Amino acid sequence: MSDSPVTPVLRTVGLTKQFGGLIAVRDVDFEVPEGSISSLIGPNGAGKTTLFNVIAGLFDPTSGYIEFMGRRVVARPERSWLEPVLWMTGPAVLGASAYGAAVAGLSALVVEFLLFAALIVLIGVLILASVRPTWYVDGLVRLGVFKSARPNDMVAAGIGRTFQNIRLFANMTATENVLVGMHDQLRQNPLDAVLQTRRQKREESEARREAARWLRYVSLRGHDDDLARNLPYGDQRRLEIARALASKPKLLLLDEPTAGMNPSETEAMMQLFARIKSELGLTILLIEHDMRVVMGISDRVTVLDHGEKIAEGAPAEVRADTRVIEAYLGKGAI
Amino acid sequence: MDVGTLTQQLVNALTLGAIYALIALGYTMVYGIIELINFAHGDVFMVGSFVSLWLLADFFGLRGPINNPAELVGVLVVAFVFSMVVMGLVGVVIERFAYRPLRNAPRLAPLITAIGVSFILQNIIQIWRGPAQLNSPQLINVQAGFRVGSAEVHWISVFVIAIAVGLIIGLHLFISRTRMGRAMRSTALDREAAQLMGVDINTTIAVTFFIGSALAGAAGVVQGLYYGYTFFTIGFQGGLKAFTAAVLGGIGNTTGAALGGFTIGFIEVFASQAGYANWSEAIVFSILILVLVFRPTGLLGQPTAERG
Repeated sequence: MSDSPVTPVLRTVGLTKQFGGLIAVRDVDFEVPEGSISSLIGPNGAGKTTLFNVIAGLFDPTSGYIEFMGRRVVARPERSWLEPVLWMTGPAVLGASAYGAAVAGLSALVVEFLLFAALIVLIGVLILASVRPTWYVDGLVRLGVFKSARPNDMVAAGIGRTFQNIRLFANMTATENVLVGMHDQLRQNPLDAVLQTRRQKREESEARREAARWLRYVSLRGHDDDLARNLPYGDQRRLEIARALASKPKLLLLDEPTAGMNPSETEAMMQLFARIKSELGLTILLIEHDMRVVMGISDRVTVLDHGEKIAEGAPAEVRADTRVIEAYLGKGAI
Repeated sequence: MDVGTLTQQLVNALTLGAIYALIALGYTMVYGIIELINFAHGDVFMVGSFVSLWLLADFFGLRGPINNPAELVGVLVVAFVFSMVVMGLVGVVIERFAYRPLRNAPRLAPLITAIGVSFILQNIIQIWRGPAQLNSPQLINVQAGFRVGSAEVHWISVFVIAIAVGLIIGLHLFISRTRMGRAMRSTALDREAAQLMGVDINTTIAVTFFIGSALAGAAGVVQGLYYGYTFFTIGFQGGLKAFTAAVLGGIGNTTGAALGGFTIGFIEVFASQAGYANWSEAIVFSILILVLVFRPTGLLGQPTAERG
């Protein structure tokens, strides 16, 4: 299984992330094969969550890159200050020529036309940016201002995730949390909402039914309209998974999904992961400390220590690896 | 105080409160989503009043009340839609150029920028229309009304209250029942998590500014219709009261802002009624201090300790 030629859903190449003097992730090459459950393990501070955050688009890699579904995800260069400059260039040029025309004594009609054109250009770009954000962003990418590898773009590309410390929207209900997860799937825009179009009403009621289905899928019952912060701990973990699934990801990143659970709850979670893999056909990458979970459900395990990949392979191989044992127990343990 | 005076003052308080509430909503929405006290918001209201003045007096050439009901409704709809859309776009432009580049800067930087934007807006209007007070056409006859017992209720008051309440209810439905509303709430609760769930926070914050500024634009139209005048510094006074209303109700909470606006309207009107007109602002702020001492998060505010 470990080296089968399955296409990787996710591949990192020479990925490095540095925070000031600290290199949190160093030159990591790894792959997540399609349809697998892969685990990322390592001692505390090994850089697992940082790697997750880079994959999710929250941080740009210092060097190296990520390939998702065979397409390279490029980091944004820090030149976003150019964007307002570009906005102003058109209107400024037109405004300046209006001034020039006025000084040169051309007719008021020409001057007014140029001023009007400057205004139209400014408002036109604004409307384009809000009505067709993808065209606008593509344009900016072509001009080299920035690349749109922001977290929400990664969600649109098909990466869903949960958090190590639960980060539900505490003051929203369980259903609403799942609906936020569906944000990218829904097509209604604010104008639909104001005008209460038929599309808006139909989509909204369908979305609520679908949210309810996701809550049932993770076995969350009777809490649909409860605020997320009032749910029991285990249910909050389940709700996070439902919220991530609702974005219809191809790759699901789970950051310590069984942390703080008792053995029977952990068992139920493992069954849920197996179901997600077989029924929904998702690829799962998880960070986990509980070795029963890692060894029990993973097809492939990657071990990080001090930001570097030290071992990779099937669970049994990794368990026997001397460097892994050293990393966990310290040198001399062997 | 007899029943007639009481009714009369009740209507006055509701009308005044409605205007404060409309402006307060913009403060509270922006604070809720990016934790910025948008000091330029009062001036957005002021510019809104000038935009509506320009449309009604200069573009349509109106000078006074319109008596034909169909024409009146038509003009009012155009005035509100125009002023709201224009001010909404102004709000989006302000956010884009003055606040977004500073989103990750220390909290003080955008606050100073906001004060700068406030002065810029005041100067633009001062240069455009001059520093003098200008008269706005009062399209609805301010003398017309009906009697409730011994009290005289003017149609303009009914209209102002209805507009404000309608917009507040509409906003509430928008925030609680739609995709963008949920995106706004989730961004306010945890911006990073919202982004990692697929919410484009830049669009969401821009929409928040659009709505908040559009409501201030509506308040600007109301200012002209109700008071019949405007000048380039009304944004400061109106904005300060509305900001107080937002804090009183619990900043970040839209229902609280509406409640705060009406509360301040009541305090002011009844302080004047009791003969302390000159003291009304001192009384408003004393009550604000008392509320904040006993409920630091405002009347409807939630404790924010759990936010990371």
